[in-house]
Amino acid sequence: MILFLQLFYTFFKIGLFGFGGGYAMLSMIQGEVVTRYGWLSTSEFTDIVALSQMTPGPIGINSATYVGYTAVVNAGYSHAVGVIGSVITTLSVVLPSFILMIVISRFFLKFQKHPAVEAVFRGLRPGVVGLLAAAALVLMNGENFGTDTYQIVISSLLFIGVFIASYRYKVNPIMLIVICGVLGYAFY
Amino acid sequence: MNFYIKSFLIFSRIGLFTIGGGYAMVPLIEADLVDKRKWISKEDFLDLMALAQTVPGIFAVNIAIFIGYKIRGFWGAFWMALGTVLPSFVIMLLIALFFRQLQHLDTVERIFKGIRPAVVALIAAPTFKMAKSARISRYNIWIPVVSALFIWLLGFSPIYVIILSGLGGYLYGVYEKKQKAKKGEEKQ
Repeated sequence: MILFLQLFYTFFKIGLFGFGGGYAMLSMIQGEVVTRYGWLSTSEFTDIVALSQMTPGPIGINSATYVGYTAVVNAGYSHAVGVIGSVITTLSVVLPSFILMIVISRFFLKFQKHPAVEAVFRGLRPGVVGLLAAAALVLMNGENFGTDTYQIVISSLLFIGVFIASYRYKVNPIMLIVICGVLGYAFY
Repeated sequence: MNFYIKSFLIFSRIGLFTIGGGYAMVPLIEADLVDKRKWISKEDFLDLMALAQTVPGIFAVNIAIFIGYKIRGFWGAFWMALGTVLPSFVIMLLIALFFRQLQHLDTVERIFKGIRPAVVALIAAPTFKMAKSARISRYNIWIPVVSALFIWLLGFSPIYVIILSGLGGYLYGVYEKKQKAKKGEEKQ
């Protein structure tokens, strides 16, 4: 029971403070789900991000669904209870948006241009950049890059290649994931 | 066809066929709801897009909620949001059910060893893009650096970074206003 309350509370919080889009939200999910509660390992988390990139739908929904199911099944419950877990997490990550909509739509047009809102965002934007940087740094560990020299070297080369392809040449992320999957199969 | 069923179907179709989250959905929603069906005016649509980006939460879901609420109140928001969420929920649940069994196969493990560093690079790349759009300069670069280090090295929760950076922005805004007021007095 505690687990279900924790899942609800955690994903409600993620929905409520999820400023800055999908990747910033990833940092939050990682902070709560991997670092704080240990519901997933780092490599499991990375795998979900990869699967979310390749399947349709927002990454926030994808990870909420996956984590809800996995956390419950890992705690020893059946698959059916796991499905209930994923329903709880998905609903709770969306719930704050509904509440905000009802509150905000009453004074909608004044809200955005309000100097206080603009001031808050002047602080939030650089904070979100830090969140993204942290998400990448936390994931650069042995689980994702390997512990033996051979794997670390290959992982680093793949990392650099994908970074340049994505940042400089704007190559489609799905294509990059597929290519690296094939290379991984070939190299290991 | 019933309005709610129709809105549910429109959003689930758009959700099902867009990979890459909320931003990829915007032109499709615009083409369907603004141009084709004329359920909402272009101006209202653009206002709502800006609002959906300002509030926290999953962008794609926020879009559905704000448009639905504008057109048909709470239940409009409910059915459009459900349409956005359901396809990714079902797909991710199926993946959670099957991937956990495949995860430990040698082939899958090899493929994902190649994919994991790619995913980390795909998270690292937008950090720099976002730094540009957040107008990071030598005066505020300490904010992302300090927040990233706190999360990465000290296990600080990203939620605190969001709260603190938003609060910091607000207080700085208040401080700036006071300074301006002071200057104004001196001039007089």
